[in-house]
Amino acid sequence: MSLELRGITKTFGSLVANDSIDLAVNDGEILAILGENGAGKSTLMNVVYGLLQPDSGSILVNGKEIVIHSPLDALEAGIGMVHQHFMLIPVFTVAENIVLGNEQINKIGILNLDKARSEIRRISDEFNFDVDPDSLIEDLPVGIQQRVEIIRALIYDAKVLILDEPTAVLTPQETDELLRNLKKLRESGRSIVFISHKLREVKEIADKITIIRRGKVVGSASPSASQEELANLMVGRDVDLKVDKKSQQLGESIVEIKNFSQLNHYGRPIVDDVSFEVRGGEILAIAGVQGNGQSELAESMVGLQENTKGSITVDGHDVLKNGVLENLRSGIAYIPEDREKDGLISSFSISENLILDIHQNKPFSSKGLYFPDAVAANANIRVPEFDIRTQSINDTASSLSGGNKQKVVIARELSRPVKLVIACQPTRGLDVGSIEFVHRRLVEERDQGRAVIVFSTELDEVFALADRIAIMFKGRIIAIVPATESRENIGLYMAGLTPGGNSHA
Amino acid sequence: MLKKMLRKSVMPFLAFVLALIIGGIVIGVTDSRVNSQISHPIKFIKALLSTVGNAYLSLFQGAIYDPNLAEGKGFIHGFYPFSETLLAASPLILCGLAVAVAFKSGLFNIGAQGQFIFGAIGASYIGFKYNLPVGIHILVAIAAAIILAGLWGGIAGLLKAKTGAHEVIVTIMLNYIAARFILWILGQTAFRRPGRIDPLAPPVKESSRLPLLFGSEYRVNLGFLIAIAVSILVYFILNRTTLGFRFRAVGANATAARTAGISVGSSTIAAMVFSGALAGLGGAIHVLGNQFELTTDVAGSFGFDAITVALLGRGNPVGVVLAAILFAALRVGGVTMQANVQVPVEIVLVIQALVVLFIAAPGLVAKIFRVRSYEKSSTIVSKGWNG
Repeated sequence: MSLELRGITKTFGSLVANDSIDLAVNDGEILAILGENGAGKSTLMNVVYGLLQPDSGSILVNGKEIVIHSPLDALEAGIGMVHQHFMLIPVFTVAENIVLGNEQINKIGILNLDKARSEIRRISDEFNFDVDPDSLIEDLPVGIQQRVEIIRALIYDAKVLILDEPTAVLTPQETDELLRNLKKLRESGRSIVFISHKLREVKEIADKITIIRRGKVVGSASPSASQEELANLMVGRDVDLKVDKKSQQLGESIVEIKNFSQLNHYGRPIVDDVSFEVRGGEILAIAGVQGNGQSELAESMVGLQENTKGSITVDGHDVLKNGVLENLRSGIAYIPEDREKDGLISSFSISENLILDIHQNKPFSSKGLYFPDAVAANANIRVPEFDIRTQSINDTASSLSGGNKQKVVIARELSRPVKLVIACQPTRGLDVGSIEFVHRRLVEERDQGRAVIVFSTELDEVFALADRIAIMFKGRIIAIVPATESRENIGLYMAGLTPGGNSHA
Repeated sequence: MLKKMLRKSVMPFLAFVLALIIGGIVIGVTDSRVNSQISHPIKFIKALLSTVGNAYLSLFQGAIYDPNLAEGKGFIHGFYPFSETLLAASPLILCGLAVAVAFKSGLFNIGAQGQFIFGAIGASYIGFKYNLPVGIHILVAIAAAIILAGLWGGIAGLLKAKTGAHEVIVTIMLNYIAARFILWILGQTAFRRPGRIDPLAPPVKESSRLPLLFGSEYRVNLGFLIAIAVSILVYFILNRTTLGFRFRAVGANATAARTAGISVGSSTIAAMVFSGALAGLGGAIHVLGNQFELTTDVAGSFGFDAITVALLGRGNPVGVVLAAILFAALRVGGVTMQANVQVPVEIVLVIQALVVLFIAAPGLVAKIFRVRSYEKSSTIVSKGWNG
């Protein structure tokens, strides 16, 4: 089945999210849509899936114009979608989730799942998905949950499958698996629209690539194009994917962690007997699949976690004993994982967000009085220095794009004297341009002799920054290896395996 | 700045207009004279308009300006109703500020009523028990009110900070306790008025009464100026002190505040003490400037109206002052409306409730008046129980 979009335009107020976009995907073809965050990819796909109505333009299926008012229309036209955030109910089984909204009941009103079960088995067998219709969603790894979403689309007999940033939540191994599965789906004659901003995946899987920038199609490329070419098209200027690092000048030990554990409410260790050391002038990347204790370890290092055992010292200060404020003052810059929730106050102005953790210092306040003029003056310096793109320093943080939000957090944390920088998922959800900026700033900190710890689930990021790589799995640091270690081996460690074949699970 | 304020007041203003329109319909359909004309559409509409018009006119005369009072005495005397409105507004402003400060700090203080009661008890006791020089007496009475009510409010803050108990539940329960406490204390010898057996405290001494602003003809007193001054002070504290910065930070995003090294617990306690103190000050000026004696229902419904006032004023000190004056005007004018045109005073409650309802549903008001873009409320008016 072929799907074609002609002149799709969608505006939100004065923002043009999609500006007369044309694209087409043919039978048995994988089309990758490449674009930065905020380029309008998701808006476009929501238009196709009937979640948004376009202002103008038309959608053609097999050459015939159709109107899509709702996801149901889209499904009937043979268009299925796998969202970035799964639409699954964790406490329901696979089969229950799949029949949701289209439940079959028998004569006395009891839910009949047999048909759904057999359908799920049929599709699962056909594509080797290995999905049990009766397992609970919450017990399944993320990669399998995604397959459930794909099965749901296939059960509705989707001929065109749209996947919105499908690899954002997957481990490297799961990503490979997904890409293999998508190729199988292509062989079965289905068409796939693959939305991503990750160049490597797009190059690996796509038959053709359409690049979107600021709501417009700016060009197409063949998968044989180099990553640099694709990045330049996507960002609209030359991008340097490599971060220049000076040769390493190792300083004194700054962070010392000894037999550290953090326990949850039930006394189960989330961080389990971790010990390592980080010296000035080095970047230690802590790699691992999300949810293996990285967040708890990072938060513990600034004193945000309770129920801890062992010791963490930063430049001689006992961070577990001291309060958060004392820890920040003793020279820790902390870039939290969830900038919306922990890093910024969205209803506060940019200038106020820039002094959140130094508001009690001069010149921003004195003797309990707070001076907005000094806060504004500071913002007028930081905004150009950190290239924060905003209309006004008085705009709220919520008005900024993801990349600029992160720049606010980084500007705040790196504009006071620090000895240690803790950056958690520092480029999650950022576009290529902002990633480049964040990476450059982190390497600058290293080059100036500070200790830098980067928590990241992205192997690209780990390899771009790290001097050493620690891999975290189920709360433990299962290996610390030099940055020269192979990508495959790090991937294995992240899955809890040792390259030799031993399992840590 | 002015433009921004105008923009912010568009939605509350439209909500008020809509409430008046619907209130008018309620007045009309509940009026027997109007209903008797139901078979003649033209007469019906005429009767409706004249009834509603008269009702709102007498509401205005009762609350703002009455030319009948000015007759023969001079233009200015017509403003007597407005002076009554300001008198009623003064404690309401302070209680509204109490709720608004808590809103800004991420707390929903339902307990202004109880805090008001403790303020009233403190001010009354100092007022009738001691003989002190004029200025000093007022200051000491007010200080006692602030301390008692601040501590009472602080209980909810402390429980929230130390145990996570939700302040809504705690303040509601503290209201019950305060309401019973005043019954009990008025029965004690220390608070009994000589020669009386009913629960009524002795009147406060002259030296503790708040001076009148415009001579003996008008009851409006220093309490109004105190309320205005305190609202400026509240604005200053919220926007020009580190304490206020922390209140706002914790209120807007507690986890980000915590990550930035701000102690959420101490901010919560401080905000509740501050909030309680403001409501207690309201109780003090009500006793020292209006009632002069402590009775069981001294608090009326100030503490509860305060919630709606803070909501209507969008948690902003200027907005709270305006909203409190509006609500006081409705209350004061409602009495005159009932007396002059026999429209029940309860209609005023309907209008108040409608105002809040429309404030809470800005999308509806925007649709009716075809307002395209409007300032979304920045006040946290409701949060989950875990918030």
